[in-house]
Amino acid sequence: MRAIEVQGVGKRYRLGQSVVTLREALPAVLRRGPTRDQDELWALRDVDLTVEEGETLGIVGSNGAGKSTLLKILARITEPTTGVSRTRGRVGAMLEVGTGFHYELTGRENIFLNGAILGLSRTEVRARMDAIVEFAEVERFLDTPLKRYSSGMWLRLAFAIAAEIQPEIIVVDEVLAVGDYEFQQRCLGRMSEMHDSGRTVLFVTHDSGMMARLCSRVMWLDHGRVIADGPTQEVLGAYLRKGGATGAEAELELAPDVDVGPIRVGVAGPDGQAPVRGEPLRFEVTLEARRPARGYNLAVFLVGDDGTRLLHEGWTDTEDSILSFEPGLTTVSVTVPPLFTPGSYAAILWFGTSYGVTQFEREVLHFQIEPRIDDKAESLRRARLVQPEVSWTIDRPGPLEGV
Amino acid sequence: MSSPTPEPATGGASPSWIENRSTAGRLVLPNIRELVQYRELAIVLAVRDIQVRYKQTFLGIGWAVLQPLATTAAFTFVFNRLAGLTSEGVPYGVFVLSGMVVWTLFSAGTMRAAGALVENESILTKVYFPRLLLCVSAVLPGLVDLAIGLVLLAVLMAVTGVGPGIEVLVAPAVILVTLVFTLGTGTLLAAINVRYRDVGNAIPFVMQLWLFLSPVAYSSTLAEGAAGWLYYVNPMAGLVETFRWSVTGVDPPGVESLIAIGPAIALCIGGLIVFGRTERRFADVI
Repeated sequence: MRAIEVQGVGKRYRLGQSVVTLREALPAVLRRGPTRDQDELWALRDVDLTVEEGETLGIVGSNGAGKSTLLKILARITEPTTGVSRTRGRVGAMLEVGTGFHYELTGRENIFLNGAILGLSRTEVRARMDAIVEFAEVERFLDTPLKRYSSGMWLRLAFAIAAEIQPEIIVVDEVLAVGDYEFQQRCLGRMSEMHDSGRTVLFVTHDSGMMARLCSRVMWLDHGRVIADGPTQEVLGAYLRKGGATGAEAELELAPDVDVGPIRVGVAGPDGQAPVRGEPLRFEVTLEARRPARGYNLAVFLVGDDGTRLLHEGWTDTEDSILSFEPGLTTVSVTVPPLFTPGSYAAILWFGTSYGVTQFEREVLHFQIEPRIDDKAESLRRARLVQPEVSWTIDRPGPLEGV
Repeated sequence: MSSPTPEPATGGASPSWIENRSTAGRLVLPNIRELVQYRELAIVLAVRDIQVRYKQTFLGIGWAVLQPLATTAAFTFVFNRLAGLTSEGVPYGVFVLSGMVVWTLFSAGTMRAAGALVENESILTKVYFPRLLLCVSAVLPGLVDLAIGLVLLAVLMAVTGVGPGIEVLVAPAVILVTLVFTLGTGTLLAAINVRYRDVGNAIPFVMQLWLFLSPVAYSSTLAEGAAGWLYYVNPMAGLVETFRWSVTGVDPPGVESLIAIGPAIALCIGGLIVFGRTERRFADVI
C-alpha cells in the first residue's frame, strides 16, 4: 500500500520579497496583475514520487537542491505551486532541533506543548511521558526550564518526542548531525525499529554512510529536479561520482605576531575528490611565512565522531629534517593509506617549534569519508573504526586420506 | 535497547489520504473537524502564554489586578473629576470598569492574535497544524484577565452599593459575541501582518483611537445627535454598552446599536476568508 504520492509538484519562490512594507506593495497592487520583473526561483520542478508503506527513502542533493522544500510540502508546512502531494497517515516532521520548544517552560511543560503541536491530546502525551523521558535521559531536569538545558539535551528531548508520537510517516532533515556519537547510534537504532515496525521514513542527510546504512532507496535532487531515484547503492554511487561532494577545506587566519603559520588546510582523496573508503586520504596544509623561519614541526590528528583520536602524525616522526620556511607560501602534505571506515571525522592541526612549543592547535576541519560504491549496506551498518582492505582465502586440500 | 516496540498510532485502521495542493484562487474555509482534533493545542498554547507572561516577574499575577485598577482610577480622575462628565447614575469607577473589562478582552485579544503568527514563526515554519489555532490561543488568555476584572468589578459594586438585576443573565452572551468578534478581527490582522508588518506598528495606535471612539471612559450620551447612529457602526460601542447595562443596570443601548451587526459579521467572515486564502503560504513569506 502506498504511503506517499507526489505528482508533478513544483514550488516557486519570489526572491527578495519575503517581507515588504505596504508602501512598497501599493504600486504593484494599483497596476493590477502580477509584476513580471520579479526574480523567480523554482525550488522544485515536476517532482514525481511514490513511496510504499514501510519504505525508508533517503534524499540526497547539494545545498539548494530542494530537499528541504520537498519535505516541507510533504509535511504540509507549505503548499506546492503546482501539482499535488498526498500522504496517508500522520506525518511527523523533524526539520530542526527544538521546534516549538519554549525556553521559559520546563521540560515537562514542553513535552505537553510539543505533543499538542503534533496533534496529541494530554492523555495521549501522559501515556507516552515515561518512554519519552527514558529515551531522552532528562528525568532529573524534567521540572527545569528549558533554557538551562544543553543543546544535547534539547536534541534528545526533541527526538524522543518525535519518535514516541509514532506517526505513520516520519520525516527527518539533517538533525542527527548535532548529537554525540552514542545518541546518534541510539537514534539510528530507533529509526531502524520504526522501519521494522512498518513506518515510512524519509531521511535527508549529508552523511552518505548513515544514508547507506538506513535506506534501501535513494532519490537524488538537483536544482529542484529528480536526477535519479532507485536502489541506494546505484543512486548514492552516481551522486558521489558526480562530485556532489568534494573534499573539505578551511581558510585560517595568520596570527599577526608570528613569522610563519598555517593559512589553509584541506583534505581530499588522491585526485582531489571527496574522501572515499578504500582510497588514501591526503591532508594539505598551506603555510605563509613573513620572513625566513626555521626549526618548526607540524602534526595532524584525526578524530572520530565519538571523540576517539585515530591518528596523530608529525613531520619529525618520520622525516629526518625539521621544517624551514622562506618568505611566501609553502605547502606541506601528508598522505594516509586507506584505513578508515565511512563516517564523520574531524581533523586537528598542530603547528609549533621542533622543541614542542605550540603556536597553533585547533580543530580545523570536519569531513566525511564516503562509502565506496560497492560497499554493501549490511557492512556499513556495523560500528567500527577501521576498515582496511582485507582479503580472504579458502583452501580445500582435498579429501582426507583413508576415509 | 530497553524501549518498547512502537505500536501503530492508529490501532491498525488504515488512515485516509491527506492532500496538499495549491490554494491559489480557491476559497478555503476553516476545517472544523481538524480544529476539533487539535483543540488541545489552543489550550496548551494559551496556558503557555499565561505561564510565560508571569514567569520571572516580581508582581506575577498582581499585574493583572493592577492594570485595570490603575486605568479605572486614571479615567475616573480625568473624565469625571477634571472634565466633569457624568456616568448615567452609577459611580464613575463602576461605570468605567464595567466597560473596561469588555474593552480589554477585545483590544488585548486582538493585539495578541494579530501578532500570534509572526511571534510563532519558529513553529509555523517547522510543523503543520491548523494555523487558526494560534489566533484562538492568543484570545483565550484574555479570559483570565476578564475573570480578574469581573472580581474587581464585583468588589467595587459591593463597596459602592450597586447591585445587578436580572439583566445580568445577558452578560455571558455579550462576552461570547465579543470573543467571536475579537477572533474575527484578530484573524484578519494576523494574516495581513504576515505579509505587511505595518500592521504591527499600526495596531497600538489604532486601538488607542478605537478606545476613545467607544463608550468606555465616557457615556455615549455625549454622541447623541442627528448622526448618532454613525457612532454605533463600531461594534464595540454596542457591546460595551450592552454589557454595562446587563451588569450595572444603566439605560440599555438603543436599537441603533444593532447597525453594528453588519460590520461585525463582515469583519469576521472577511477575516476567515483572508486567513484561509493565505494560510498555506505563511511559512514562505513570514
